[in-house]
Amino acid sequence: MPSETAVVRRIVAEHKERPGPLLEVLHAIQAAMGFIPPGAVPVVAQELNLSRAEVHGVVTFYHYFRTSRPGAHTVSLCQAEACQSMGAEALATHARDRLGIDFHETTADGKFSLEPVYCLGNCACSPAAMIDGELHGRLTADGFDALIKETAST
Amino acid sequence: MSATIYVPGDAGALSIGAGAVATAIRAEASRRGVAVDLVRNGSRGAYWLEPLVEVVTPAGRSAYGPVRAADVPTLFAADFLNGGTHPLALGLTDSIPWLKGQQRLTFERVGIVDPASVADYVKHGGYRGLTKALSLAPADVVQAITTSGLRGRGGAAFPTGIKWKTVLDQPVTQKYVTCNADEGDSGTFSDRMLMEGDPFALIEGMTIAGVAVGATAGFIYLRAEYPHALAALKAAIAAAYQAHYLGADVAGSGKRFDLEVRVGAGAYICGEETSMLESLEGRRGEVRVRPPLPAIKGLFGQPTIVNNVVTLASVPWILAHGAEAYANFGMGKSRGTLPIQLAGNIRRGGLVERAFGLTLRELLYDYGGGTATGKPIRAVQVGGPLGAYIPPAQFDTAVDYEALSAIGALLGHGGIVVFDDTVDMARMARYAMEFCAIESCGKCTPCRIGSTRGVEVIDRIIAGVDAEHNVQLLEELCDLMVQGSLCGLGGMAPFPVQSALKYFREDFRARH
Repeated sequence: MPSETAVVRRIVAEHKERPGPLLEVLHAIQAAMGFIPPGAVPVVAQELNLSRAEVHGVVTFYHYFRTSRPGAHTVSLCQAEACQSMGAEALATHARDRLGIDFHETTADGKFSLEPVYCLGNCACSPAAMIDGELHGRLTADGFDALIKETAST
Repeated sequence: MSATIYVPGDAGALSIGAGAVATAIRAEASRRGVAVDLVRNGSRGAYWLEPLVEVVTPAGRSAYGPVRAADVPTLFAADFLNGGTHPLALGLTDSIPWLKGQQRLTFERVGIVDPASVADYVKHGGYRGLTKALSLAPADVVQAITTSGLRGRGGAAFPTGIKWKTVLDQPVTQKYVTCNADEGDSGTFSDRMLMEGDPFALIEGMTIAGVAVGATAGFIYLRAEYPHALAALKAAIAAAYQAHYLGADVAGSGKRFDLEVRVGAGAYICGEETSMLESLEGRRGEVRVRPPLPAIKGLFGQPTIVNNVVTLASVPWILAHGAEAYANFGMGKSRGTLPIQLAGNIRRGGLVERAFGLTLRELLYDYGGGTATGKPIRAVQVGGPLGAYIPPAQFDTAVDYEALSAIGALLGHGGIVVFDDTVDMARMARYAMEFCAIESCGKCTPCRIGSTRGVEVIDRIIAGVDAEHNVQLLEELCDLMVQGSLCGLGGMAPFPVQSALKYFREDFRARH
């Protein structure tokens, strides 16, 4: 298995000739590894001729980039106004209880990470959630439990 | 001959079971030995009828909805492939009143065409606008956009033609066209629907923009929360290259236009145009100080068009049908149509494209049918998280940039979020400040610090700590943020707070 550094170098090499490549590079690293490992920052900085501070600054500016390993499944619950109007807060409370974690946390067994998200563009079918890239609408507490059960078994 | 069935592949329809319906239709057809041609179209926008299944009949497309996977065997039993009667039958799609009364220009093909097919796009009038644009001098294309009265649909409502003219007038070789597809406002989904349901309209609009101002490259800045739109855009861009509508020789004109999608990373602020440009360049999405305007010094320091998805996707219609035809829709200085999004606690939610001038009341009750919960509407928020809350007493206001502005509200990207009478407006005001604190880029102090102080002050009001004094403090803080912030995030985040204080003052009191 190639080392983390080798993977990062390969990814940077694929993108470095494109204009303004840093976000593309970080997306590719996160797609390959699930997060941006701390060790990737100096490698990316060196390869793109940026300072570590610049790369770190970009990684930490964007909510989507993670600096720790996520659970096997990521559950993102919409917390924005349209979903609030249809009970998103109560659903979030239920989700926290069901998974036993708060937002930005991962279950002890490493199965689920719970994240807040501010709009999934599904505002006529609120409340909405995204699980591993799949969008779900008009979600109820029971519906949430069924999805978690189904996802856990995959 | 096989029957043609449409089952939306739109993310919203998928979120409530369209995928399972498509699978069930394939399985049932195969069990019965019936040949079916299943097309994954976009959504018609009537989300209250999704998953909406359509069948092609001699009389036209016949609709059934909302369909669950479990209904599929009964649809086959009712001979739905020939438009048979069924409890879920809605008649011809075009005669459903909710859809029939709309004026679909920008969304004319969404939900109708196969979004992955260039041929289907062309068959439904696609690329007529580009053909027209290529027959005109660049300045005449820009003039057509100016004459149409088109204003930026992202929210700022700046005249598109003036922006394009500024870029056209720059004596520079490298210019860019960028599309702001960072649709972050809660209650809005028109960009998503268009990119998923008719991606070629956006591609054609951007190509026309490139031809008009002399830009050879374009970028679509898409938010990371839209993976379905990303897939649709990538497929459509590849198909457009294949058909030579993109690349070195656009439609045989000898003109070059290259287009690629860049994905954001979950920062609301990147919907602000200069922050978007920073992000496209691979940096933190911090707002730039203007001037210089992006039209003069934009992406990589070059003259750049920055327009929203709906703005750019309206361009092909304007070129194909004429600027006057577009300007004939609308009222006052708001010309053309607006895809309005009915969202939140609403019975018949979805996308309504109509000429400017319809009242909120017509939208909320005639189209929307009131709340989903059946309780009275207490407030609506128009224009996203930075938009004002509007009470029922003002529902006769027209949907028009100036009319909403006159009551201290804003139209923004055309989203309307409905709340019933259980809403706690002090909590919504607190959320507005909290959201601003989470999403502030941090560059200016009024936004970065003010939003956090705003949350704290509202918390004290809710806790009953010296409410009168703290309400006054909150009002002063709002004024400071409006006057002192660098961009619209800090400058407008107080709008929902101020409107909640103005119309729903009774909610700003101690809780028990």
